[in-house]
Amino acid sequence: MTLPDGWEMVVGLEVHTELKTNTKMFCGCANAFGAAPNTNVCPICLGLPGSLPVLNVRAVELAMAIGTALHSTISPSTFHRKNYFYPDMPKDFQISQYDLPINAGGHLDLPDGSRVSIERAHLEEDTGKSTHLGGSGRIHGADRSLVDYNRSGVPLVEIVSGPDIRSSAQARTYAAELRGILIATGASDGRMEEGSMRIDANVSVRRSGEPFGTRCEIKNLNSLRSLVRAIDFEAARQVELLEGGGTVRQETRHWDENDGSTSTMRVKEEADDYRYFREPDLVDLVPDQAWQDRVRDGLQPMPAERRATLSQRLDSPTQSVLDALEVVIDLGIDEFVIAALDAGVDADLAFARAANEIAGDLDNVANLSIGSYVATLKMEQSAELSATQAKAVLVEILANGGEPVSIAKGKGYERLASGALGDVVAQLIEENPDEWTRYREGDEKLAQFFIGQVMKLTKGQANGKDVIAELQSRR
Amino acid sequence: MRSVRQTARDVQSGETSALSVLEESLAQIRARNDELNVFLYVDEDGARAAASAVDERIARGEDVGALAGVPVALKDNLCQTNIPTTCSSKILEGWRPPYNATVVDRLLLAGAVPVGKTNLDEFAMGSSTENSAFGPTRNPLDTTRVPGGSSGGSAASVAADMTPLALGSDTGGSIRQPAALCGLIGVKPTYGLVSRYGLIAFASSLDQIGPLTKTVTDAAMALEAIAGHDPLDSTSLPEPSPSLVTHVEDGVAGKRIGVVRELIDGADEEVVAAVERAVAALKDAGATIVELSVPEFRLGLSAYYLIAPAEASSNLARFDGVRYGLRVDAGDVTAMMEATRTAGFGEEVKRRIMLGTYALSAGYYDAYYGQALKVRTLTIEAFGRAYQEADLLIGATTPSVAFEFGSKTADPMAMYLSDVFTIPSNLSGEPAISVPFGTGEAGLPIGVQLLGPGRSEAQLFAGARVLEIADGRP
Amino acid sequence: MPSLRREDVAHVAKLARLTMSEAELDMFTEQLGQVLDHASDMNALDLEGVVATAHPFGLINVVREDVRRPCLDHDVVIAMAPDAEDGRFAVPRILGEAP
Repeated sequence: MTLPDGWEMVVGLEVHTELKTNTKMFCGCANAFGAAPNTNVCPICLGLPGSLPVLNVRAVELAMAIGTALHSTISPSTFHRKNYFYPDMPKDFQISQYDLPINAGGHLDLPDGSRVSIERAHLEEDTGKSTHLGGSGRIHGADRSLVDYNRSGVPLVEIVSGPDIRSSAQARTYAAELRGILIATGASDGRMEEGSMRIDANVSVRRSGEPFGTRCEIKNLNSLRSLVRAIDFEAARQVELLEGGGTVRQETRHWDENDGSTSTMRVKEEADDYRYFREPDLVDLVPDQAWQDRVRDGLQPMPAERRATLSQRLDSPTQSVLDALEVVIDLGIDEFVIAALDAGVDADLAFARAANEIAGDLDNVANLSIGSYVATLKMEQSAELSATQAKAVLVEILANGGEPVSIAKGKGYERLASGALGDVVAQLIEENPDEWTRYREGDEKLAQFFIGQVMKLTKGQANGKDVIAELQSRR
Repeated sequence: MRSVRQTARDVQSGETSALSVLEESLAQIRARNDELNVFLYVDEDGARAAASAVDERIARGEDVGALAGVPVALKDNLCQTNIPTTCSSKILEGWRPPYNATVVDRLLLAGAVPVGKTNLDEFAMGSSTENSAFGPTRNPLDTTRVPGGSSGGSAASVAADMTPLALGSDTGGSIRQPAALCGLIGVKPTYGLVSRYGLIAFASSLDQIGPLTKTVTDAAMALEAIAGHDPLDSTSLPEPSPSLVTHVEDGVAGKRIGVVRELIDGADEEVVAAVERAVAALKDAGATIVELSVPEFRLGLSAYYLIAPAEASSNLARFDGVRYGLRVDAGDVTAMMEATRTAGFGEEVKRRIMLGTYALSAGYYDAYYGQALKVRTLTIEAFGRAYQEADLLIGATTPSVAFEFGSKTADPMAMYLSDVFTIPSNLSGEPAISVPFGTGEAGLPIGVQLLGPGRSEAQLFAGARVLEIADGRP
Repeated sequence: MPSLRREDVAHVAKLARLTMSEAELDMFTEQLGQVLDHASDMNALDLEGVVATAHPFGLINVVREDVRRPCLDHDVVIAMAPDAEDGRFAVPRILGEAP
C-alpha cells in the first residue's frame, strides 16, 4: 500500500515476548500454557499480603541473550514499580524496568539491508487474564469479568524499536526477523497466535521533511498479517484526517481484524500517571563481564548469520530454493539442510524436503535425526526411492519415528533387483506383442504403457528410469 | 511470669510442661484482654496443639529448640496459616492467609507456641495503637494511657504478663517506642537480618520484624531464633543467624559511646535526665563517652514521612476488593475498588496513602520522594561518620513517657513528631534497641535507645545488658 | 514549593481509588499541607550529586534457580474470593482497557 504523494509513515514496534523458563519471574509456579484457571498460583504471583518477589536467574540470562543478539549494551539495572489499578494485576502495580533497563540501545539489521534501531529490551512480569461475560466477549458491553491469574508473573521481555520503520512491509520483516532471533536465543517460541509474542505498533505520519507527527498506539495485533493491515489502515486514516484539516489525537486504538479497522479504545478520564519508583523488594542487577561473556559464548548463531552461511553454499540458486531457504531459517532447521549439502545432496532437494516435509510436521522434528534425513535424500538422489516414496518415508519418520531403510523395506519400496525387473519386462513383452512391436518401431509413448504395467505388477516398486533402460536394451 | 529463658529451660528439662505454661498464659489473657484489648484473636486450639507437640517431643527425648514451650504473641500484620490476619483493618477483616510468615515458621522450629494475634495501628501506621479499626489497646501500666504504636498490642501482651515474648514490626519506631512506653526491651534489627516474607508490608525499605521482651537475654534468644538468610526475601542478608546470646554479658569496657544531641534535644526533661544517667552507667562500666552532633538526623522526619507513605501507597494498592478481604459492590470495577477502599481503610491510612501518592506523582516526584531518597543517603553517610568516632550511639527512644488517649490525635504532625529519635535508624537500615531506664511522670517507664552500625546486634545487647543491670534488673 | 491545592488532593484521591467528601477533602488538604510544609527544611537543600541508595548494605544480584516450587491449592485460592465463577475471580464490569 502506498500513501498519497508526499506523505510518509513513521512506525515503531513494541514487542512483548513470554520467556521460555520453567517457572515464573518471581516465584516457583510453573510457566505453562493451558492449565485450569487459578491452579498455577502461589502467594507471590497472587500478590497476597506479605509476599515478596525473588528474581528467576534463567529469565535474566534469556534477557541478556536477547540483548546480546540485538547488539544492546547490557547494563546494571534496577526494577521499578509501575503503579495502576486493574483487576488482572494482583498487586495493582507491575514490576518492570524503567530508566535503567537491562539492555539499552542496539539494532536489528534486516535482510533487505535496512537497519532498525533498538531503544531498549527490558524485563517485566505479565498480568493475569480476564474474560468478559455478556456482550460480544470484548470489554465494551460486558456485565462482568472473570480473572485467571495463571499467567500473572510469567516473565516477559519488552523490546522497543526506534521510530525507524517506514512501511508496513518493513514492519513485517522486522517482526519476522525479531521472532527468528527470539527463537534462536531460546528465549521464546514466537507464537503470536498463542500470545507468547505480542506486538503493539506506534504509527504516525508526516509530510516528507517535516518533524514527526502525533502517534497512535495500535493494540490487538495477533499475526504478522494483522500487523501489516493495521499499519496500512492507520497510516491512511491519519493522512485522510490531516488532509481534511483535522488533527491526530494521541491515543491507543484497538485493531478489529474482522472489520479491518482501528478504533479508539475507551478514553480514560485522567492521564496515566504510573508513579514509577524503584522496587524496594528487589536489589540491583549487575551482570559482570564474566556472566555476559558466558551468555554470549552460549548463543547459537542468529538468523542473519545462518542465512549467510546457507547462501554461501548455493551457486545461482533458483527462486524456489531462495524461498525454501527463508522457510528453513524461520523454522530453525538449517542443520538438516547443511548436513544434506555436505553429503552431496543437490541444493534443490536438500531445501525442498526441509521446507515442505519437515515444515509440515515441525512439532515432531525431534523424531527425525539428521542422519535419517540425509540417508533418505541420498536414496532419492540415487533413484533408490522415487520422490513420492522419499516424501512418504520422511512423513512416516516424523509421525512415528524409525529410520529410512527399514521404513522403505516395510512399505515395500525396495528397488527391484535388475534381474527381477528383466523377468517382469520379458513377461510383459510376451503378453503384449502388439504394443511391443509399435514401441520397437519408434512409438515412444508406449514406454509409458509398459511402465504402467510394470508398476501394476510390481506394486509400484519399480523405478521408471530402470524400466526404460530395460526396454531400450531389448529393442 | 517466667522469662523466655526460664520457660525454655524448664520445659526442655521437664520441670514443667509446655501445656501448663500455655494455660497460665491463656488464663492471664482471659483475665485482662477485655480490659486492655491486646489480642484481636486468640488461637487456643492451635496453641494447645503446638504445646502438646512440644511436650510429646520432649517426652521422646528430642531437643525441641531454643524457645521450647515459650508462648509468643504475634503482631497482626504477620501472616499465620489459616489464622485471621487483619492488620487491624476492616479491609482484611476475616481474611485467613494460606501460608506462614518465615518468622512464624522459625518460631515453630524453635519450639515456641504462638498464642494469638495482637492489636496494632492499622497497617502499622501510627504511634499509639489508637488507629486500630478494632479499638485501641490500653497500656497495662496505666490504662488511661496508650501503650505506644504501632506494635501496641505486642508490647501490652508482654507488659501485662500474657506472654514473655511478642513479635512486632518497626518501620519508624514501632517496636522501640511501644517498648519504651511499656517498660520493655524492644529491638529493631539490621535491615535484612530478619526475613520480611509474610510481614504485610507498610514501607518495604524500612520495615523490620523484631522482639519485645522483659529482659535483654530474652530478646537475644528470640532474635537468634528468627534471624538469618531467607531465600524468599531478596533483601535479606546472605549470612545465617548470628550468635547473640553468648555476647550478652560482654560488657562495654573500652567501647566508645557517642551521645548524640539530636537524639536527645526536644525530649522531656525527665527523659533527658534518664539518658544522662544511662550515659553515666555506661561510663562506670568502662566505656568512653564522646559528645556528637549529627545534624542530618533532624532531616529524618521529613524524609521518612515522604518515603514511608510513598511505599505504603503502592503496597496497599492490592487491597482492591478483587481477590480477598472486604468488597463493597458497585456497578463497575473502578467504583467497586473505590467503594471498598473508602469503606475499608481508616483515616490515618487514607492520609498516608494520599501523601505517598502525591509524593510520587508526576511533577512532584523529584521535589518530594526523589529528594527524600537523597536525604536518606545523607543520613547513611552521617551515621558512617559517627561510627568512626564511636562504636555505639545513645539517645532517647521517644520524647515522653506514655501519653493519654486522645492527646495527640487532633493533629497528625504532633503524633509524627514522636518518631523523631527512632526514624534515623530505619532510614539507614542499622539496628537499635530500646532499654527501660528509670521512670518518670507517675512512675511510668522511660526508654533509652542504643544504636549501632549494621550487624552490630551483639554489641547492642551487651550495652543494653549493662544498662539493664544498672537499672536494677540483674 | 507551591502549596498543596485542593484540586491536587482530589486528583490524588482518584489516583488512589479513594472517594472523599467535601469535608474530608478540606481536612486532608490542610493536614497534608502541614506535612509538606514541614518538609520544606528538606526541600531547601541543594542535593545535586547526591545519589539515592538502593539496598543499605549493597546487596546485588539476588536470584533464584529456575526450579519449581509448590503452588497453592486451587480451592484455597478461590475460597478467598469475594465473588467467583468457574474457578475465576469475578468482578463487576471493567470500563476501560488496560494501559
